[in-house]
Amino acid sequence: MPPSELLSWQQLPLGGVVEPDIALRPLTGSYRTGLKPEADVEKCVDCLLCWVYCPDSAVQLDGTSFGGIDLEHCKGCEICAEVCPTGAIEMVAE
Amino acid sequence: MSRLKLLAANEQGVPPLGAGHSLCQGCGIPIVVRTVLDAIPGKKVVISATGCLEVATTRFPTTAWNVPWVHVAFENAAAVASGVESGYRALRRRHRLDEDITFVAFAGDGGTYDIGMQALSGALERGHRFVFCCYDNEAYMNTGVQRSGATPFGASTTTSPSGEVGLGKLQERKDMTAIAVAHHVPYVAQAAASHWYDLAVKADRAAAALGPAFLNVLSDCPVGWGHEPRDFKRVLDAAVETRFWPLYEVVDGQYRLTYEPQEHVPIDAWLRGQKRFKHLFDPKNADLVRHAQHRVDADWERLLALCA
Amino acid sequence: MKARLLTGGEAVAWAMCQIDPDVVPVYPITPQTPIIQHFAKHVADGEARTEVVNVESEHSAMSAAIGSALAGARTITATSSQGLALMSEVVYIAAAMRAPIVVAVGNRALSGPINIHCDHSDSMLVRDSGVIQLFVEDAQEAYDTMLLAVRLSERMLLPVFVCQDGFTITHAAEPVRTIGRRRVQEWVGDYEIPFALLDTAHPTSQGPFAMPDYYFELRHQQVAAMDFALPAIEELGVELAEITGRRYGLVDAYRLDDADCAFVCLGSTAGTVKDAVDELRDQGRAVGVLRIRSFRPFPEDAIRAALAGVSEAIVLDRADAPGARGPLYTELAAALYGSDIALRGHVYGLGGRELHPQDVHDIFAGRYDRFVGLRSESCLA
Repeated sequence: MPPSELLSWQQLPLGGVVEPDIALRPLTGSYRTGLKPEADVEKCVDCLLCWVYCPDSAVQLDGTSFGGIDLEHCKGCEICAEVCPTGAIEMVAE
Repeated sequence: MSRLKLLAANEQGVPPLGAGHSLCQGCGIPIVVRTVLDAIPGKKVVISATGCLEVATTRFPTTAWNVPWVHVAFENAAAVASGVESGYRALRRRHRLDEDITFVAFAGDGGTYDIGMQALSGALERGHRFVFCCYDNEAYMNTGVQRSGATPFGASTTTSPSGEVGLGKLQERKDMTAIAVAHHVPYVAQAAASHWYDLAVKADRAAAALGPAFLNVLSDCPVGWGHEPRDFKRVLDAAVETRFWPLYEVVDGQYRLTYEPQEHVPIDAWLRGQKRFKHLFDPKNADLVRHAQHRVDADWERLLALCA
Repeated sequence: MKARLLTGGEAVAWAMCQIDPDVVPVYPITPQTPIIQHFAKHVADGEARTEVVNVESEHSAMSAAIGSALAGARTITATSSQGLALMSEVVYIAAAMRAPIVVAVGNRALSGPINIHCDHSDSMLVRDSGVIQLFVEDAQEAYDTMLLAVRLSERMLLPVFVCQDGFTITHAAEPVRTIGRRRVQEWVGDYEIPFALLDTAHPTSQGPFAMPDYYFELRHQQVAAMDFALPAIEELGVELAEITGRRYGLVDAYRLDDADCAFVCLGSTAGTVKDAVDELRDQGRAVGVLRIRSFRPFPEDAIRAALAGVSEAIVLDRADAPGARGPLYTELAAALYGSDIALRGHVYGLGGRELHPQDVHDIFAGRYDRFVGLRSESCLA
């Protein structure tokens, strides 16, 4: 961020305490280097292994069912594609 | 409902550690953290030591945490947790608080085996009711892959590199799980990021223990170990199947294996596929691999005897 | 108001007992041990319901103190010398995290060589840490200042160190007037902080990682807090005086109104200097004593005002800085820069070496160079 957009010391929270509801959440999807995960819902058996093994909490839930992948935060590590037991997730070009 | 769905349901729509952190692609640490926290019912307060987890999740003014979280320094996660837990006990006793809260401290192997060991030992000895979870990726990863007391025999790190004459770290790694057991605490367990169910059950038991609980969880590091991020499960499965990293728990001093590999898988399966062990496959270093295999076999026999 | 015969250590333990903090994480070190031992006995006898946490090092004592203070529990600890040095890493962090912890310090020399007696090197080690540091002259002031420190730390959200000379105050008995437990409880009130970790309905992340873009601004909050501590110390001093009848400010000015020369010092030595000054006054010399109570924040305005009429100030440092001048001297020189006051600095009392009234006379008469009482091949004047 350019210096003019940064907070002054008076604007900072006491002790540098950060409150989650108002904190910034960087969009880490920029870590990806050309491949992104794509899910074929037909093949998905809703096992949630992709969800538990995603380091970035990028596998979204619909209740307790697979609800898609948050590409704004997915870093493209490919673990979901590797652990999916039915091959429902494939890494494809961006 | 499947057990994994129960874990998912426990999040109640809000992951304790969410997205937006800067941990590496394929890092095992957030997998450990979320599995452990999701397995523990009720409210949690997290205490972090300095390290990958802390630095990457709380760069001011961002945070990836959705639970109360505190970080003070590198060596004192257990001491800070002792303070938080003592404050909690005091407030409950004086009826200024009436909620059940579980305290979970996370530290890397550096903040557990080495610089963090004193504070951990003190907290275990004093009997504070909290869970200390070490995400063991076997070196000081955050600062550039320097060796720690958890670094396994033969591993090349930036302070114990292999080279023309160097053979990597030639000391054995500490058995931190045994050190925790020696403190006579109600619950100690060894787990791995790759085995979510085993880890979740252990986290739940740890939180339920009426005293200190220690979880030593093997967590991979694609950067430090030298493998592709996507090989997370394959690499950690090899650690478990070769018996390099047995999965077991110690409940009030009673040992119990929670997983017994059915086949004898040679240590090579663990060592290959990680660049930090590549030099061990130079033919002139064959005796190092034999030594590593011998140690794994001896440790396994010792563990079996304890479980009997 | 009853007077009890108490050592400084017992007086602090008594104050702690009446304050009845939620958590006291401690590790023993001479000469602070009477504080924690007497307090532990108070708790064992049911006179306080504090969670005493006997941690395994001072580093863990301060770490646990931060944990409990930020959790939402009133927290007090105590240390000296090597213990303060060991916890110094975390002392800085406690200030930065705005943890209101009261720390009773029994001032003792830093190793090496190892020495268990009094000097101020331990407090000086953390003078840049961002904690408030108050120095007391006797056991009475130690008791009163502990009470003040609880309110001060919670108002400023900064740790407050109550410093008393090791052995000289910690282990010497004198009459101490105490107020009743009920009045102390009314005085300290409830412990409240803006972001308590145990308030799970409002989660926060505390102790962030900051890059160059924010470190400077985050730390500047502490600078501002220290500035606001100056009037707070005086205001709370007035408020406490209404209950105890004893008032303490930022400085203690003794016979300075018409003084031409002033001794400047910290702690119990002021007692000795005041006695010698009375003798000098009897001899017709216009001398006074400026005892600085609040070392951090350093009260420049109050000091300049107190020394407005003097032409010479003699600074007595009970700590040294090899390669530079004593800390009190250096800070006083900065505060007095531009004034006409002639400044002389002496280092005395390191490792518990006593300063006698005769020494004060000798210093006044210029019979010592910088290091008072140092045995040296080169002759003393």
